[in-house]
Amino acid sequence: MNAIEMKGLTKFYGKARGIVGLDLAVSEGEFFGFIGPNGAGKSTTIRTLLGLIKGSGGSARIFGKDIAAEKNGILMETGYMPSEALFYPGMRVGEVIRLSAGLRRKDCAVEADLLCRRLGLDTSKKVDQLSFGNRKKVSIVCALQHQPRLCILDEPTSGLDPLMQREFFEILKERNARGATIFLSSHVLSEIQRNCTRAAIIREGRLIACGSVESLSKTSAKRVHVQGELTVSTLTEVRDLQQTGSGASFLYGGDIQALLRVLSEQKITDLTISEPDLEEIFLHYYLDGGEET
Amino acid sequence: MTMIRHELRQNRISLAVWTLAVGALMAVCILIFPEMQEEMDGAGDLFASMGSFTEAFGMDQVSFGTLTGFYAVECGNILGLGGAFFAALCGVSALAKEEKEHTAEFLLTHPVSRPAIVTDKLVAVMVQVWLMNGAVYAVSIGSIAAVGEEIPWKELSLLHLAYLLLQMEIGAVCFGISAFLKHGGMGIGLGAAAVLYFLNLIANITDSADFLRYITPFGYAEGADIVTNVSLDWGLVGLGLAYGAAGIGAAYVKYCRKDIA
Repeated sequence: MNAIEMKGLTKFYGKARGIVGLDLAVSEGEFFGFIGPNGAGKSTTIRTLLGLIKGSGGSARIFGKDIAAEKNGILMETGYMPSEALFYPGMRVGEVIRLSAGLRRKDCAVEADLLCRRLGLDTSKKVDQLSFGNRKKVSIVCALQHQPRLCILDEPTSGLDPLMQREFFEILKERNARGATIFLSSHVLSEIQRNCTRAAIIREGRLIACGSVESLSKTSAKRVHVQGELTVSTLTEVRDLQQTGSGASFLYGGDIQALLRVLSEQKITDLTISEPDLEEIFLHYYLDGGEET
Repeated sequence: MTMIRHELRQNRISLAVWTLAVGALMAVCILIFPEMQEEMDGAGDLFASMGSFTEAFGMDQVSFGTLTGFYAVECGNILGLGGAFFAALCGVSALAKEEKEHTAEFLLTHPVSRPAIVTDKLVAVMVQVWLMNGAVYAVSIGSIAAVGEEIPWKELSLLHLAYLLLQMEIGAVCFGISAFLKHGGMGIGLGAAAVLYFLNLIANITDSADFLRYITPFGYAEGADIVTNVSLDWGLVGLGLAYGAAGIGAAYVKYCRKDIA
């Protein structure tokens, strides 16, 4: 069963583009990454799925339920962590967490207490006094305390320190191991690469790639590091060229024979050709249009 | 019920401040009535001969020398205007504050339908209006008893009923406006209440503006008319309730369809 299924999902804000014709399926139990820079349409996609905004076209289902017709049923099984963690002024952390559980008509006290202890969250503090990172922790507890089947997380780690990020992903992996689907929207590619099994890349409101993180990383582009004197002006498909003191590094997406021919004609002392990491793949998709899938 | 409790809790300080302010002003007014009554022999003619000002506040219909006349004009204006401002603020902020304070995303991603949110917030607005008016009514009765006057139950109750209906109407209309706002609307709420108040003053001054009574709820909450006739103009009350119902209807239609920023 698909946890999330979008068919031609489209959202325009008046004439402004939000998302255009998104076709995407996320299976139940997946740890799925949703990648794109600011303004690409990640949050619009999530907000449409959660019913905060109404789509302009297409359809989407979560656990087989239509997002427009069965919103409450969907939200009952979904935990959402927004990129901005804002709460009602004057409330204490514990009150916000209890309010969230109350709105779900569930007693989540035991799980909430466990999550607060793991995240080191003081429930007696007022939310107005919390740092951005600590407000994020409140958001995590609110999103996970009812043990949802689907966790939708929008830029969840911004503001969390590295130790807390590690703990957070530990919690997510445990939930995922117990069958929960994780939909992680992020522009921090390393965390997608470390944690997700599949991912989709969105650019200017359109899905430009979707597949396993492993296959996305296996693009025709290679990272080339060269020591020595180098001129690459005769090569096409060179991106992200960085000159260093004794050499250069660039991303190459063209014919490998042409690359070797050019390199063999130059005074180079060392050469490394490697698979680019997801960060570089991302640049490949964004700077050059990438590969349509 | 969670939502209603949450709303009441969020607004408890505002409710307490407005109740104390209006209640205290009403109590002070009533407590000075015996002194005013002694000085009314000379001042009565003065109040009755101030032309448009006299008509605007209905002082040509009632005597300041009687508790009901004094209460209808003095206390009526305090409760009318103060209550209208309070109801307008409660109503206009109810839905808009979620977007203004960026809490709408938190609220609307919980399994609570938008119609249920509108209903709970509307109930919370009305409960606040009822609580404020209940407290002020009790303060008034206590203050009248404290100055040793006989309590004019029927006139007093009709006056307070009229102001309660007025506040419910203004609260409901502002609640409807709230659904269309994204950045709060305190100015709109206070402005609307003030405009409605002054429309009634204009209607009192000139017959050619009498139609304004059909627009402003202050038309049926005119203290001097109520204590003179010992009844409400139920036609105007019905019209006011219809305006309130239209505001509530607009809130449901708009809020259930709008995109949340």
